[in-house]
Amino acid sequence: MSTAYQIVVCGSIVPDPLQTLEPMTSPTGPALKNEMMLPAVLDPWAGHALFEAANLAKHTPGSKVWLVALGPKAKLQQVMMTVAQKVPFELVALDGPASGFTDATETAAALADTIAAIPGLDKSKLLVFGGWESASRGAGATMQIVGERLGIVDQFQGVDQLTVNADGSLEMLERIEGGKHQVSKCAGAPALLGWATGNLPEPKNNPQVGMVNMRTVMPALQKAKPTKLAGEGLVFANVALPKQLRETLIVKDKSPDDIANEIVEWIKK
Amino acid sequence: MDADIVCVGFGPATAGFLATLAKQLVTADGTPAIESAVMPGMPPQVLCYERADDIGLGVSGVVTKARALKASFPEIKTAGIPMAAPVGEEKVLYLLDPHGASRRSAALRCADALIRTAKFALPVENHALNLPWTPTFLRKHDGMILSMGQFMQWVGAQVQSTGTVQIWPGTPVSQALVEGKKVFGVRLLDQGVDKKGNPSDGFTPGMDIHAALTVVGDGPIGAIGQQLDEQFGLPDGKHTRDWAVGMKFVVDLPEDTKLKPGTVLHTFGYPEPEIFGFLYVHPDRVASLGIFVPSWFDSPTRTTFRYLQHWMLHPYLWRHLKDGKLRSWGAKTLGESGQHGEPHLTGDGYARIGEGSGTTNVLTGSGVDEAWATGTQLAEAVIELLKAKKPFTKQNLDETYGKRRRASWVEAEGRVAEKSRDGFQKGVATGMIGMALAGLTNGKLSLGSAPVQPWKRIPTVEDYYARRLSREEIAKVREECKAKNLSLHGALMDKVGWPAIPFDGRLLVSHQDALLMGGKVQAPHGYADHVIFRHPELCEKCGARICIEACSGQAIYPSETGVPAFDREKCVHCGACLWNCSQANPENPEHMNIAFRAGTGGLHSAEN
Repeated sequence: MSTAYQIVVCGSIVPDPLQTLEPMTSPTGPALKNEMMLPAVLDPWAGHALFEAANLAKHTPGSKVWLVALGPKAKLQQVMMTVAQKVPFELVALDGPASGFTDATETAAALADTIAAIPGLDKSKLLVFGGWESASRGAGATMQIVGERLGIVDQFQGVDQLTVNADGSLEMLERIEGGKHQVSKCAGAPALLGWATGNLPEPKNNPQVGMVNMRTVMPALQKAKPTKLAGEGLVFANVALPKQLRETLIVKDKSPDDIANEIVEWIKK
Repeated sequence: MDADIVCVGFGPATAGFLATLAKQLVTADGTPAIESAVMPGMPPQVLCYERADDIGLGVSGVVTKARALKASFPEIKTAGIPMAAPVGEEKVLYLLDPHGASRRSAALRCADALIRTAKFALPVENHALNLPWTPTFLRKHDGMILSMGQFMQWVGAQVQSTGTVQIWPGTPVSQALVEGKKVFGVRLLDQGVDKKGNPSDGFTPGMDIHAALTVVGDGPIGAIGQQLDEQFGLPDGKHTRDWAVGMKFVVDLPEDTKLKPGTVLHTFGYPEPEIFGFLYVHPDRVASLGIFVPSWFDSPTRTTFRYLQHWMLHPYLWRHLKDGKLRSWGAKTLGESGQHGEPHLTGDGYARIGEGSGTTNVLTGSGVDEAWATGTQLAEAVIELLKAKKPFTKQNLDETYGKRRRASWVEAEGRVAEKSRDGFQKGVATGMIGMALAGLTNGKLSLGSAPVQPWKRIPTVEDYYARRLSREEIAKVREECKAKNLSLHGALMDKVGWPAIPFDGRLLVSHQDALLMGGKVQAPHGYADHVIFRHPELCEKCGARICIEACSGQAIYPSETGVPAFDREKCVHCGACLWNCSQANPENPEHMNIAFRAGTGGLHSAEN
C-alpha cells in the first residue's frame, strides 16, 4: 500500500555550532551576546528531520514536504541559501525570534497554527517532523506541544529510523536509555516524529533543487508573518554557560584506544 | 543547467554587481523589466556561487572612504550595519624595535638612533613615533570602518530580499567552461570524492551551469581567475608578482579602553621593517587589528602568526590590548599588483571585476571600495546590453563595462598607484620614499623597478640568517625541528632574540587555538584537497619550504617524505601558499610549484 504523505517539518536556525556563545541580559530578558551577528545554520536536529522527510517523500510518490520555520527573516533568508540546495521543500516562514530563550508553549502555538493554516492540508496524510532536541537551547518540549495542539496523538521522540510497512503502518526506532532503541508502531498518519540523528548523510548540494526551491522560498520570506512571542510569565532564574576547560591537542591518525586512554588520563588529572 | 548570468565568488565586487543589477531586473509591480533568455516570461536568471560556507565568512580589515558604497547606499552610515563606525582619528606610527630582534638595514638603524636621541623633541611615546602628518592619499576622512563579514551579511540580505538573484554559498566553482576564446558558463566542484579527487561515496560530478555571461569576481587567488589568466594570458607587460598576506584578530578591548570608535592606526617599522600593521576601532569596545606580510619581505621563514603576536605586544599597542580577548581571527591574500596585474577585463561571454581584476590600490591601502565600484560599473553595462538586446561579446562588454571603468576614479587612482610600491623591490627605505613620491606627485614620479617573480626573491635559510646564525647552528635547528616535526621559524626567531610569547589564553594563544577559538575552521567531507604540490620532486629538494613557515593555518606541515603535507581541515583559504613557494613551476615560471584550486570550507567566523 502506498500513501502519499504531507510532511511538515518544523525547523529553525541556530548560531553556527562552532561559535563561542556568551549569555547576557538584554532589555527583554536573557539573550546571547551578538547573536544576530553570528553566522547561522539550520538547527542540526531539524536538519536531520528535513533530510528524512525528503527521503520519505522521494520514495513515496505524490508526497510533499513543507519546512515551517520561525526565525528572524533576514537570518532565515541567509540560511535558506544553504539549505535550499539540499532537498526539495516548500518554505513557510514566520518572522520572529529564534532564540532558545522563548517559551516552548508560545513557539509551539505559533508553529501549530501555521501548520493548520497550510492550504490543502489533509490531516489523514499529515506527518509532522522536527528535532527531538534543539541546538537553540529550547526546552525540548516544543514538538510534543505542536502535536498536542494539532490533535496528533501518535507521537514518537528520539526517532532514528522510520519504516513504512506494506499495510501503511509506521514503524519507528526510538532511542531509549542505554544506547538502545525500542520499536514503536502506529497505524499511519497522522503522526508526529521528533527525530534524533536518523541514519542519512547530509545530501550533496544540488543546484537544480536550489533553483526550484527558490521559486517558493523568496515569496514565502516576503510574506512571512510577523510573530511576536511575548514571553509573559516566563522567568529565567539563571543563565550561564557550563564551565569549560579547553586544552587543544590536534593529532592525526591516532587509534580510538589511544584517544580513549588519553581522555581517561586527562579526567584522572 | 541554464542561467542568464552566473557569478563566481560573492565578495564586494560581486556584491556591488548584484546590488546594482537586482534593483533593475523587475519593475515596481513585480513584472520583469527585462526578459530572461532561458526562462521566457521571467526576469533574467542570475546565479552567484560562493566557495565559503556562508556569505559572511570573508576576511578583510576594512577602513574605506566608501565612495562607491555610499553611491549605492546613500544611507549606509545610518543603516545599522553591525560593527560599522565612521572614521575618526587617523594616525600613522613608526614603531621602533624594543627588543633589537628585527632585521634592520643600516639606514633604518641610523634613523632609529636619531629618533631615540631626539625623543624628547619628537612625538615619541612607548617606542613609537607618531607621524605629525597623515599623507592625503592614506587618509580615509569621512569614510567608514567595517567588518567585512558583517558588511557582506548585510549587503547579502539586501540583495537576496529583492528575490531577483540567487546566492549559493558552500558551492565552489571548479572551472570556467571555455570554447575557443569564449566562456559559456562554469562547472561546479565535484562532490563525493577523496582527497585526490577520485570518486568516492556519494560521488556527484560538478554540474555545468551554462550562461550568456560569466562574471568572475573570485578575488586574487580564485580558481577561475587563475584559469582565465592561464588560458588567455595576461596583456603584454602585465604580471601578478606582488602579494601580501593579511592576518587579523577581532578583539574585545578591555573595559577601560581609551580607544574611541572610529580610531584608525597604521603602523610600519615593526616587527620587521617590511611589515605593515593596522588597528581599527569598531563600536562597543571591539577592534580589528593585524599585519600585512608582503612578498618582497625576503625571509624564507616569514610567519605571519608569530609576527602578529609580536606586533600586538609592541608597547604602543599592548597598553591598549592587554586584558583584551580574541573574538575572531582570519587571514587572506591581497593581490598587491594593482594595475601591474590587470588581466583581460572582458572576453566573449565573461567579464572580470574586483581584486582579481587588479583593483586594489596599494598606495591608498584601499580595495573594497574599488572592487565594489567595478561591480556596479559592470552591472550598469549589463543592464545597458540587456535592454539593447546585445550579446555579451568582448566588443560589447568593452564598449560598456570597459569604457565605464576606464573613465572612473578607480582607473585614475589605480594609475597613480601602479608604480608607487616598486621601490620596495630595492628595500624598505627606497620603498617608503617611492610611495611618498608617487603619492605626492600623483604618480608622475616613482622609484624602483617592476617586481620580479616572488620565488626569485626567496633566499635560503642560511643566507637569510647569515649574519646572525652560523650554518652549524641552523643545521642543529633543522635537526631538532625535523625530530619534532615542527616548522623552523619558531626556533630560529627564538635564537635571534625574539622573546617568547607569554600566552594568556585570551588574546595571546597558540596558533592552533587561534584556528579553533577565532577562526572556527571547518572542511566539509567529500571534497578534494585544493592545495596541490605540482611537482613533488621539486619539494623534495627544496631547502626553504617557505610554504610550511608561512602557512596561516599550519595546514601545510612537514612530512617524512620531504614533500610537505596538507591538512584541509586547518586551511583558512588565505591562498598565501600560492606565492609562498621558492620553486618555479617548470611549465610556467610566472607561477610556483603550489597550485591553489577551488575548495570548500575554511573560516566560520562572520566578524572578520
